[in-house]
Amino acid sequence: MSSVPTDYPIASNREQQLQERRKFLQNGLRISGVLAAGTFGGFLAGRRGKAEATRWQIDPDKCVGCNNCATQCVLAESAVKCLQCFDMCGYCDVCTGYFSMNYLSLDTAAESQMCPTGAIARQFIEEKAGQRFFEYTIDESLCIGCGKCVKGCALMNGSLYLQVMHDRCVNCNECAIAVSCPTQAFDRLPANRPYRVKQSVYPLIQQKAAIPERDDARQLLREVSPP
Amino acid sequence: MSRRVHFMNWSRTTALSVAAIVCLTMAGDACAELIPTPNFSDHDIPSTRVVEAPSVVWNAVDVGVLLVALSLASYFALVVRSRKYLLWLSVASLLWFGFWRRGCVCPIGATQNVTLATFDGTYVVPISVVAFFVLPLIFTVFFGRTFCASVCPLGAVQELVSVRNVRVPRWLDQALSVIPYVYLGLAVTLAATGTAFVICRYDPFVGFFRLSGNASMMIYGGSLLVVGFFVGRPYCRYLCPYGALLRLTSRVSQWHLRIPPTACIQCRLCEDACPYGAIEEPTESPSVEQLQRERKRLVVLLFMTPFIVGLFAWAATGWRGTLAGWHFDIRLAEALKQEDLGLATEPNTATEAFRGSRRSPEQLYEAAATHRDRFAIAASLLGAYIGLVLWGKVILLTLRRGRQEYTPNKSHCVSCGRCFQHCPVELVRIGLIDNVEQMTHETHEVAT
Ligand code: SF4
Ligand code: SF4
Ligand code: SF4
Ligand code: SF4
Ligand code: SF4
Repeated sequence: MSSVPTDYPIASNREQQLQERRKFLQNGLRISGVLAAGTFGGFLAGRRGKAEATRWQIDPDKCVGCNNCATQCVLAESAVKCLQCFDMCGYCDVCTGYFSMNYLSLDTAAESQMCPTGAIARQFIEEKAGQRFFEYTIDESLCIGCGKCVKGCALMNGSLYLQVMHDRCVNCNECAIAVSCPTQAFDRLPANRPYRVKQSVYPLIQQKAAIPERDDARQLLREVSPP
Repeated sequence: MSRRVHFMNWSRTTALSVAAIVCLTMAGDACAELIPTPNFSDHDIPSTRVVEAPSVVWNAVDVGVLLVALSLASYFALVVRSRKYLLWLSVASLLWFGFWRRGCVCPIGATQNVTLATFDGTYVVPISVVAFFVLPLIFTVFFGRTFCASVCPLGAVQELVSVRNVRVPRWLDQALSVIPYVYLGLAVTLAATGTAFVICRYDPFVGFFRLSGNASMMIYGGSLLVVGFFVGRPYCRYLCPYGALLRLTSRVSQWHLRIPPTACIQCRLCEDACPYGAIEEPTESPSVEQLQRERKRLVVLLFMTPFIVGLFAWAATGWRGTLAGWHFDIRLAEALKQEDLGLATEPNTATEAFRGSRRSPEQLYEAAATHRDRFAIAASLLGAYIGLVLWGKVILLTLRRGRQEYTPNKSHCVSCGRCFQHCPVELVRIGLIDNVEQMTHETHEVAT
């Protein structure tokens, strides 16, 4: 051990006293810290009644389809997609959500369509009293959530609306779209009922869910938070 | 109804624009008269299809994984003393909390949820988020920052890229290490006022975890990683607001990691081992006269504290405008006023949407005024807190204590275990060398 310096200071009496005092102080701090954390946690857990997990949703009654949803999401392909609320749709021939303002003909040509990605399918259903009715369905895998069709549809029934899709959304602690949403349409819903529909539609879904063979409506109702 | 039928038969090219005009010229409520959904003879109106959200069970699983990881990290750092195990654990945490759970929720961000829940009774904070905030702190109070060692995914990313060890000058390191406290204060202020979650907004690595993100986020994260290549853990040391809390907690930790497993032999071999500048060398214990002088100085400094804090609180009242500028309602109210005064140059979707909503401008102005008042108080409190932090730093810098060993600075050490293998006493313990002289001799020969 010759080469190992042995002349390092040995703790003196005074030093020991100081260390004792420091230890006492630290113990005190530690105990009060844990107690404080416990009390604080208890205080927050005291509101446990509502301490469930949450999910981001758009309030479709507030959204104006501004295009932020397509560009501001942290995901390259936005978690927000357009949804068709069929119970509100007029099945119009001249759909203001489907056709662009300067469409050439009422057909499915790309240049006639509002949707930049051709995500809306137009399907003929029936002709009644000289009126032709069409069903418009969104292909979610194509939709980029730009809101063009939503804006267009708002001129008529407003059955098309944007919503956060939970299979895509990573539930950011602070939703990047919510920050930039000009109408502050985003809020958090309880995770067990993570979807929101337009206020006026909720009773319609309820009615439909009461029909025995409408399992689809009942399934939707289970996912939707009451307004 | 008849109006609608007519409308349908009109010339196609004008139909859309007419529809627009009809609807826009009628006040909002008139448009509520909708085209009825038809009843079809053999077609059921479908229901909107929504995709189920991932189960909330994941939240409980996350808390479980956190607990296990924290226990393992503490065990590896304090009992096994294995850098290798710690490293593998951090890779696992990075994969789980980073890439698999995509960076949310993390304790750093949870600070804001907990703050908001404290100040706003209507805000719902999930119990799992509270657990994420509290658990690492509780572990730290006993074992030091083992959370940072190998549980935090942000720490793990930086740990893995930290390959060079450029020493940051002491003064610069001390100065920069105040930033996390200031950042914490700012984040808490903005969260408490329900303004923003800035920690999440400026999370450097979450874009990597999700493999997507906007350009500025990627550049920010990327440059931190490049810096982290040379200067160990730049986010942890000079930014992380949760790290500030952990530092305070770790300061009083009960069983913090030691560099040598037993007594330090002062061979100085570990002196440069820590890439985070956390190793402190032994110092002479001050003499009685020095101690008396220092005590006097401490009394003076402590006596000055209230004045310093008050000064900062007063100076900070000037920040309230800047802080308030973050708040949506205040920004909207300002934009609305600008438009009413005819000063606005660009169309603004927010004001446009607001004018279409049911809220009256008076209501908005009132809400904005309330928020502004709150920011006046918040700014002063933030100022006082920053004053306290800075002055506290000054006081700590003037305090000296005698140290007999090479010790990790309890607040700055992240328990990464890098220093272990530099210590000959440790190498003897794990049987890599027979006695310490095998290593100390070499260095002495080089030195002479
Ligand atoms: S940012 Fe808001 S207003 Fe714009 S499309 Fe999304 S929800 Fe609608
Ligand atoms: S939101 Fe945009 S992309 Fe999606 S269906 Fe409507 S127009 Fe198409
Ligand atoms: S929470 Fe995140 S992923 Fe979900 S919509 Fe908002 S920004 Fe996109
Ligand atoms: S200092 Fe912050 S970012 Fe670094 S490891 Fe600790 S908690 Fe994570
Ligand atoms: S364990 Fe050692 S190398 Fe790692 S931070 Fe602490 S003192 Fe530095």
